Amino acid sequence: MELTQILTIAAKELRDRLRNRWVLAVALVFTVFSLVIAYFGGAQQGAVGFRSIEFTIASLVSLVIYLIPLIALLLGFDAIVGERERGSLDLLLALPITRLELLLGKYLGLAAALTLSTLAGFGLVAVLLYRQLSWAGLYHYGGFMLSSVLLGLAFLSLAVLLSVLARDRTRASGLAIALWFFFVLVFDLLLLGTLVGTGGRFGGEAFAWLLLLNPADVFRILNVFSLDDVRTLYGLASIVPPALGRPALLGGVMLAWIALPLALARWRFK
Amino acid sequence: MASISPVNNEAAVSLRGVAKHYGALHAVDGVDLDIARGEIFGLIGHNGAGKSTLFKMMLGLETATAGEIRVGGADVAGRGFRAARRHLGYLPENVVLYDNLSGLETLRFFARLKQAPLAQCAPLLARVGLAHAGARPVREYSKGMRQRLGFAQALLGAPRVLFLDEPTNGLDPQAIRDFYATLRALREDGVTIVITSHILAELQERVGRLAIMAAGKIQAVGSVQALRQQMQMPLVFELRLAAGDAAAIARALAEATGAAPEATAAGLRLRCPREAKMAVLAALAPFGSRVLDVAMHEPSLEDVFFGFSD
Repeated sequence: MELTQILTIAAKELRDRLRNRWVLAVALVFTVFSLVIAYFGGAQQGAVGFRSIEFTIASLVSLVIYLIPLIALLLGFDAIVGERERGSLDLLLALPITRLELLLGKYLGLAAALTLSTLAGFGLVAVLLYRQLSWAGLYHYGGFMLSSVLLGLAFLSLAVLLSVLARDRTRASGLAIALWFFFVLVFDLLLLGTLVGTGGRFGGEAFAWLLLLNPADVFRILNVFSLDDVRTLYGLASIVPPALGRPALLGGVMLAWIALPLALARWRFK
Repeated sequence: MASISPVNNEAAVSLRGVAKHYGALHAVDGVDLDIARGEIFGLIGHNGAGKSTLFKMMLGLETATAGEIRVGGADVAGRGFRAARRHLGYLPENVVLYDNLSGLETLRFFARLKQAPLAQCAPLLARVGLAHAGARPVREYSKGMRQRLGFAQALLGAPRVLFLDEPTNGLDPQAIRDFYATLRALREDGVTIVITSHILAELQERVGRLAIMAAGKIQAVGSVQALRQQMQMPLVFELRLAAGDAAAIARALAEATGAAPEATAAGLRLRCPREAKMAVLAALAPFGSRVLDVAMHEPSLEDVFFGFSD
């Protein structure tokens, strides 16, 4: 494997996203949404203004869980199938580059763009709010940013996988939306339905471990469990066993969600 | 299949018993071929004849179901693929390059991947006539300009073998002439060029040898001249005659060639074997200026091609 080949592909992908202002646009979306949530998130409770970083993170988690998977899937779905459709894939593969190098280069370039916009967007919020933040609050917010990056990278990995599997761009975009629906909307409903439908006989602690099969849920547990206030707010402490709440374990699961789809993509990329 | 000789490592491209089967579909079915160094070699076939698949196997993009492929004496898909591919140039059919890169950036991107000197990029742009447009984004390029940029890309890194799939698509006649002039200059430098085109008349003047592919097999291979002889294509004479002379001249021609001329509005049309060419001219000589005009048609490659493909 040659690193220069991977970096050449990655640099082109990142430069494309910087040049067409994708990175800037996504960062701004994150910043604006975060500020709106920080200041108006409590309006339903009859108060406007910044309440606490814990409360802000809890609200942001609900937002990010919808937004980041969607953005990552839309960013990555045509990575390979797009090249295939315009005929440049054959051209690339006739060069001294392996399929693995091409795949990793694509992934790393897109991952850099997504990471950059996530860190810039939410980082700007931290800078704007820094007077209201304690060190503990900053620590939690840092954890939130890091887990947001991981969430994006996991869904980007899924996007690259389906861009290898799909026959054309149209199918790939359809699959991307379907994947988003499944992980963000349907998965939790299915679990809940099973739990209720079986009268709680199936499940208990084992049920909670099934949440690891969804990177969006991993992200939720990661953030919710780091905050005492929020844990009570969500009433999740009773559902999620403490053994599951270890950040190292959840982080490891997230890394697996990044690595496995990529490995599968490499295997199916012929 | 005739006797199988081993692959020829002296040849620029050597194929032995190469086949590609997709289930029951035999896209390429037992191809043997040697292309010499410094040769301009044409590959002709209908869509679906198997030439694109053959191309992709020669480039290592598809693995052959059976057979052996050597390009420049190396295996393009094997262990030494990086070194082998550094000396290949490829222009796919109908390739769409990156709209948001400029022409120069496009070449630099591919030069990096091919580990070719970046200093080559600007002179190559000039060589294909795009020096003035190097800074403009490719989205503003015309179809012909894109095709020329693709060609420049194929020339990166001083390739020893060029694979060009329908390279003159979208080029105007002047650009086509320039393109073939560049090919001839490359051939002088010992570059081997494998080229496909559906514009057969364009290829027949410009390739040394060509192969005709149909149904996954090479149906015939040789120079245009050799293919014509192999096909025994007749010569066609079109005569324009003064009124009243047709009958006498038709008799003389029939005597000389054994072929019966047919009457046309302007005079006569005669189809005869190639060997009868001088006999026809000799038979016409006594009539002098009573023959107003003589036109002789050689069979075109289209005629040869459709003769084989039928």
